[in-house]
Amino acid sequence: MALQSLDIKQRSATTTPSTQVRETIEIAKLIDVSACIGCKACQVACSEWNDIRDEVGNCHGVYDNPMDLTAKSWTVMRFTEVEQNNKLEWLIRKDGCMHCADPGCLKACPAPGAIIQYSNGIVDFHQENCIGCGYCVTGCPFDVPRISKEDSKAYKCSLCSDRVAVNQAPACVKACPTGAIQFGSKEDMKDYAAKRVTDLKERGYEQAGLYDPQGVGGTHVMYVLHHADKPDLYAGLPANPSISPLVSLWKGFSKPLATLALAGVALGSLFHYVTKGPNEVSKEIEDEIEKEDAK
Amino acid sequence: MIRDPKDLKRYEPKERANHWVVGISFILLALSGLAFFHPAFYPLTQLFGGPTWARIIHPYLGVLMALSFLGLFFRFKHLNKMTPADKEWLAKAQNMVNGNDHDMPEQGKYNGGQKVMFWVMAICMLLMTVSGLLIWRAWFGFDITLVRLGAVVHAAAGAVMIGMIMVHVYAAIWVKGTIRAMWYGTVTRGWAKQHHRGWYRQVTGK
Repeated sequence: MALQSLDIKQRSATTTPSTQVRETIEIAKLIDVSACIGCKACQVACSEWNDIRDEVGNCHGVYDNPMDLTAKSWTVMRFTEVEQNNKLEWLIRKDGCMHCADPGCLKACPAPGAIIQYSNGIVDFHQENCIGCGYCVTGCPFDVPRISKEDSKAYKCSLCSDRVAVNQAPACVKACPTGAIQFGSKEDMKDYAAKRVTDLKERGYEQAGLYDPQGVGGTHVMYVLHHADKPDLYAGLPANPSISPLVSLWKGFSKPLATLALAGVALGSLFHYVTKGPNEVSKEIEDEIEKEDAK
Repeated sequence: MIRDPKDLKRYEPKERANHWVVGISFILLALSGLAFFHPAFYPLTQLFGGPTWARIIHPYLGVLMALSFLGLFFRFKHLNKMTPADKEWLAKAQNMVNGNDHDMPEQGKYNGGQKVMFWVMAICMLLMTVSGLLIWRAWFGFDITLVRLGAVVHAAAGAVMIGMIMVHVYAAIWVKGTIRAMWYGTVTRGWAKQHHRGWYRQVTGK
């Protein structure tokens, strides 16, 4: 959804700079996994605020429902049972768009203005410009965007950009009963996370830490993890996510170079014709053919 | 319809029609594909009824091109086997490009350059088809690494093909008397003797 009240920092498939003059504060959502009780109030609030109603679906014998992100479920709780330090731990991670500072989806998108990064850090899909190619899925290091089967447009968490634009916290933050989801400036969220990490360390989680992966330039959705050394425990949260080298090769400097090369071939052909002239049948051969005919 | 009975038949109607199907689908694919290749070409999507239509149509055109190229491939494969004379021709291709074709070795129906074009096209068509299926999200959902690889290969092979086809089209414009072979299948005997003397001997018995 286009939101003119937020400044646009980056725009997909746009080769000139977007507005850079106004400097706004970077925001972030902090998900404290250690304080999450898995109630799914965030999922419900997301569904309610954004007017999306996913299919109720079936029970798969686990708490996860729905089992995966969909075009109509922009956030899902992922439940994992692991043994750490000789005790069972139930890890619950609220999954969804991480709002990367260096978004792979935006880099891959071929449609101008279909993916927008606001100066506050939110990465938003503008479905009216989306063409449904799925390149955002190809570019995302977290496997977040989903293409709707109804309209072939890509959907994901908007970090409630419409709420943030009017100084409201995202719906999931508002609904969380334990304060496991916090929202504020990125700096404040890092400070808050530092306190939580200190607390967790005191409680014996020596590897507790903040998940703000620098491979994607940091994210605007961050996690406090009790086992920050093993993010993979949390339903496969990638340890060092970054835009795939294949995506960088695909969308990087090679395309402008290839475009120049093609322009070179076209102009080269034109100037070859102009400088060397057409390749016509020589007089010599025409005479030979005439002689043959005369026989 | 042959106006001059002394003209030589170079292509059968079926071969010409096949080539045109490949050619038309290629041009439409190149125009829509470039639009997704780089934002500078994005306005080309308007030729297809807008960007979403361009995205929808492009892969189906790809299937048409892949199948019709398969026809061309099997029709002309046996005529495109590389011979030592072709290699000699390629070594001297620079002279030809500079406008001096006096000491070029005698060529059959196709010269070394055309044969290189044929095989590069065949390889690119294969790469385009396989990588295109990998990234066709309307129908398939392959592993993400395969999709990423597909996206790179599709863009790279596409760029090579567009460049090669520019050369292919320009060569036909440059060598006068060539394009009529694509339209109505015949060439003059002078053209044949000048550019494909081996083939000229073969079809005229001279």
